[in-house]
Parts: sequence; C-alpha cells; structure tokens
Amino acid sequence: MYKIIYNKKISETSMEIALEARNIIDNAYPGQFVMIMTKEDSERIPLTIYDYDKKKGILYLIYQILGASTLELSMEKDSLFSVSGPFGKINEICKNIDEYKNKKIVYVAGGVGIAPIYPQIKYLHDFGLSCDVIYGARNADLLLIKDKIENVAHNVYYCTDDGSFGEQGFVTNILEKKHDYDVVVAIGPVVMMKNVCDVTKKYQIPTIVSMNPIMVDGSGMCGACRCIVDGKVKFACIDGPEFDGHKIDFDLALKRMNIYKKEEQKKLIAMQESLEVK
Amino acid sequence: MEDKKTVMRMQDKDKRIKNFQEVELGYNEEEALREASRCLQCTNPRCVKGCPVNIMIPLFIKHIKEKEWEKAYQVIQESSFLPAICGRVCPQEMQCEKMCVKGFKGDAISIGALERFVADMHNSIEPKKEIIKNNGKKVAIVGSGPAGLSCAGILASNGFEVTIYEVLHRPGGVLTYGIPEFRLPKKIVEKEIENLKRKKVEIKCDMPVGNAITLSDLQKEYDYIFLGTGAGVPKFMGIPNESANEVFSANEILTRINLMGAYQENSKTPIKEAKTVYVIGGGNVAMDAARSLKRLGMNVHLMYRRGKDELPARKVEVIHALEEGIIFDLLQNPLEILTDENNSVTGMKVINMEYQEEIVGQRRSVQEVKGTEHNVSCDMVVMALGTNPNHEALKMSDIKLDDRGLIMVDDGLTSIPNVYAGGDAVTGAATVILAMEAGKKAAYEIIKRCK
Repeated sequence: MYKIIYNKKISETSMEIALEARNIIDNAYPGQFVMIMTKEDSERIPLTIYDYDKKKGILYLIYQILGASTLELSMEKDSLFSVSGPFGKINEICKNIDEYKNKKIVYVAGGVGIAPIYPQIKYLHDFGLSCDVIYGARNADLLLIKDKIENVAHNVYYCTDDGSFGEQGFVTNILEKKHDYDVVVAIGPVVMMKNVCDVTKKYQIPTIVSMNPIMVDGSGMCGACRCIVDGKVKFACIDGPEFDGHKIDFDLALKRMNIYKKEEQKKLIAMQESLEVK
Repeated sequence: MEDKKTVMRMQDKDKRIKNFQEVELGYNEEEALREASRCLQCTNPRCVKGCPVNIMIPLFIKHIKEKEWEKAYQVIQESSFLPAICGRVCPQEMQCEKMCVKGFKGDAISIGALERFVADMHNSIEPKKEIIKNNGKKVAIVGSGPAGLSCAGILASNGFEVTIYEVLHRPGGVLTYGIPEFRLPKKIVEKEIENLKRKKVEIKCDMPVGNAITLSDLQKEYDYIFLGTGAGVPKFMGIPNESANEVFSANEILTRINLMGAYQENSKTPIKEAKTVYVIGGGNVAMDAARSLKRLGMNVHLMYRRGKDELPARKVEVIHALEEGIIFDLLQNPLEILTDENNSVTGMKVINMEYQEEIVGQRRSVQEVKGTEHNVSCDMVVMALGTNPNHEALKMSDIKLDDRGLIMVDDGLTSIPNVYAGGDAVTGAATVILAMEAGKKAAYEIIKRCK
C-alpha cells in the first residue's frame, strides 16, 4: 500500500496526487513513468512522473479524469494498492546534458502535457540550462502549475483556444513565429504533438515527443503499447516513451488510442451508476 | 491387470466453455489407488529418465499404493519444487509417460495425474512449522516465476535470507499472468507463495529491477543474485497492418484475463469484444489464449503453419481445445491483416503451406503453396509466436549474452561473479519444469559455494 498525502483537484478536469513511494523515487528521472492501481481489482494505468522529492520519498503525479479508472483514482483518499516503476527511458536531454549545454531548447506543452515537462525543465535548470516553454490549453482554467514552470523556465509563452489567457490560438502558432530553436520537446495530446512535428519538420528542428499509449504491464511483456517508429515496431514502455517525433506514425497512434473506446465507455457508465447508487 | 489408464474426471465440455474453473478435476483416493496399481515398479525405471528432474517415480507410486500420501509427496519434493503445478502443466506425454513401458502395448501410467493427486493431498493438510537456522547470507532473486520460486524455496530452507523482486503487483510470473485459471487455479500458485513466506522469504512487488534498483545496487546489498526474469517481449510476424487495433499479443490477452481478471463481469480491466478471432501459433500459449477467448463467447480459430502432429502444445491441451470447439486451421499462415479505415481488423489474407521434402535428421520445413492465397474474415487476431529477450532488468550491467540475446551461464553462473541465472531468460521460452529445475540447480550451486 502506498499512502496518499493528498489527492486534490487542480483544475476542472485535472487532479494532483502526492504519494509515499520510496521504491520509485530513488532511481526516478525525468521522462520516465509509473504504473498505478488504485485498488487490488483496479486497472493498471501508466502516468508520467510529474515531480518527486528524493529525500522524503514522495512521488507527485498529475492526471486527468477521463474514464472509469481515473475517476476511481480521483475518489481515493487513503492509499493506492500498487505503484510500480520507474519505467521507460530517461529523457534524452536530461541524460546527455553536456551535449545540449549550448543548444537553444524549447518545451511545447499541451494541456496536462505540462506535467511530464516540468521535471525535465527543473532538472535542466538545476544543471544550469534554461529552456523556453510554449504552453497551450483550451482555456485559462486548464493552464496548470504556471508558477512552478515560471520558476524554472527562461521564457514562457502561453496560449489558449478561447484567448482567456495568453495569446489566442494554438502552440503551433507561437512556434511558427519563434522557431529559432535547436531542439524541441513536445508533450501533450497526440494531435498536438503531430501538429508540432509538422511545424518542426518544416524548419528541420529535431523534436522529441512522449507517447502515452494503452499499456497493461508497463515492463515490455504485453505489447499493447506498440508504436511504429521509422517503419519499425517499438514498445513505448521499454523503447520509449520518448521518441523522435519526426519518425512516429501519429495517425496510427491516434487510431490505436481508440482500441478499447467502447469497452471503456461501458466501464465508465457502470462506475457512474454504482456511484449514484451509493 | 487393467491395461487402460484411469481417466481423470473433467468438467463437461459444454459447461466448461462458459466458465474459467479448472477443466481437469483430479483423482480421488480410489482412482489414484487404481491407477497406481497399474505401475509395474520396474527395477530399471525408464520413466525416471524421461523426467527432466528425475523424480523417483516408481517409489512415489509405491507409497501411493501403500496409502502413504505424505511419504509419496516427500519423494517428489526431493526432485521437484512445485509438484502441484508441474503435475498440472508438464508435457508428460513427451517426458515420463512417453518412456513408460506400459505405453508400448496400452496406456502409459498417468504419472502426471498421480503427481497432482499427491501434491493436492499434501496441500490439503496444515503445513508443519520448519525451523531454519539463518546462515547469514543474503540472496536477491529477480522474478517470481517458476525459476525464482524454486531457487528461493531451496535457499530459504537452507538458511539463506532471501528477497524476491517482482515487477508486477502479484508474484508468480507466468504462473500468475500467463497460465489460465482453468488449467492452473491461482489458489495453487498462492499456496506455493505462502509456503515461501512461511520460510521468511520476502517478496517485494512493484519493483522493476534495472529501473527502480539496478543489478549493481543489488550486488552491494546481497551476497548472491539469481536472475529468473522470464521469456521477454512478445514477437510479432512483421506482416502488413499488424498494428491494427484488434491485433494483440497472446501475452496481452492472457495478462488481461489472468492477472487483471478481465474475464469477470465486474472487472475494471477491459478485454476487447469480438465475434471471430484467429489465434496464430501452435504452442501452449496459443492454446491458452484460444481457450480463454472461447470462454468469453468468441468463435475461435487457431491457425498454425505446420500440421497437427507438430503442434508444440501439450497433447491434452490440443484435445481439450478441440473438444471445446476451437477450429484448427493447420498448414496455413497469415500474409497480411485486412483493416478498415478505422484501423480495425476485418480479416486476414492467408496462404496454404506444405511440407518440403524431408532431410534426414532435420525437422521438416514448410513452404507456401503458390496461388493458394485467400481471405478469411474475423474481427480479432492474436499472435502467439513466442518471445524475444527482454533486457530491462539487466540495464547498466555488462552481463554476457549469447547471439540470441539470452543470458550466458556456466553451471547457472553468469559472467558476473555471484550472479546466477536460469529459466526462460537463459534458454528462451521453455517449460515450467525446466525453469524450476534451473532455479533449483542454481540454488544448489550457491549452497555449494557457501560450504
């Protein structure tokens, strides 16, 4: 059991959870993810690490309430049954800081994609690299952890679909105007990462994206998370989750997100009904 | 003396395809005695040579005849660490029972069924308290499948302080996530794990070695390490459209069903709904996936590129699959997955296969029959083609691997001092009993080193 320190709402659709998870923390680095189960009979779901306190052994995650499993997670106040990890490769830039010392780096975040980006810019900041951030969401309420980002980033450019904060428009609009970067890291919805890559391809800027496909075990055993990268089958859990964005088959990734759509809808309705009964 | 074997009672086939309860019901005392009485007690027993771990089969059967169940169990336990499991999942017809002299003229003795009976009798009694003196040596075991469990059990009984690291939330490895409930009830696996805990073995779940803790971290903390990390990542065929939405690895299907309980109505882990599924492959994993999906109400085909006699699965699993209405499409192979605009499976393009001329001493190979391409329709495909090695646990280590990527060992010892390995990570996908034997051998090597 992993004790929950808090599990709180941070926007209309997002929650932040802090957990005692010493087993994860000691060797956790930016870019990696964990697998969690709320209860013994819950689904295993992957969440990318948002923050950690190695001294205290505390793991922080941000998640969106999207289906039955995240709804169940959002209601848990005491403890989680299982938290395993870290899984996946460490972010390429954080791993090879020396190679990126003199590069101009921009992080492009969409919605909750800001959560996995934060530990990367914080880590780089601690090593003296300052990065820019372009951060977009549907509206002002959905722009998360702005203060924390501003503390560790160089310039932060905001945009919202409705113009309620920052520029009105998409992250790609800003990127089109400011494309004098040596490397881009884009994390967010698949469509957003695809659009960012379309822009960076045009300007030939190397781009790293973080994939978040369906997973079961997270350790390379099931193959549910396979992506096509440069024409080859890769497992996001062990070969990723970060890949060269110019080589990912995004259209396929988008379609594969829908594999269990029908089944998941049923589970969500069942869970909502059981909540109403209670 | 009766020459026909005592057939194990089974769940009726029409009933069992609607549930996940165990298919074979085991012997009762009377049946076990009847079957044991058929054993000739050969002075030079061939069955023992056929057993990968050389269980003294005639001796344990002799104890059954004398109704000395616990004595029979002790005989098996001397050679095998997981009798209740091996009695259920060993391919006996290729091992002990194949060698039995009774088999020349009639039915071989049902050694597997007797082993299972003895183990189940043992498990039904309250375990004795073992008093073990700690020898001060610490061992870390990576992976809690059959290799890790047997290594842990033997070392713990010999006074070692053993800690098992398991990446999943539940221990047991393939016994838990892979082999279905209807073939190996999970309570039997849990019993083995309880036995280990009683011997003070600590099991740390949720721990991906290589990530949460590296091999070199473990080396600092433990005197010895045993790697029983298992078979690895599922193979795919490399045919067009294989990343279609309803193409799954058998591992994924089995993990969802067995580990996550997706066969239960109120399960929170979904399993894809489908009408017609093709399982590709002919091994035990293919049979397990096919029979599991049948129980979820699907129309199940099993496609294998070779003929019936060459299906690598246990014979009894093939028989059960046929009884349960799995349709076998043999000497056929998929060429392409057919999909619609949503990336959903609509069928497969398939080709017939034929045997090439036999070359003495070699397994006959098969080749495509030109001009026999045809389409089949289905809405799910499951690939049960074996695995490639998974090196996650070995991250940051320079352990020596062979050209197939398997861990190289010499008497169980890897290229790193005091680090042993065994099971599928060393041999590639094999059987539970061979993994168990490898774990046992490594344990005895470690014990020898400490003397």
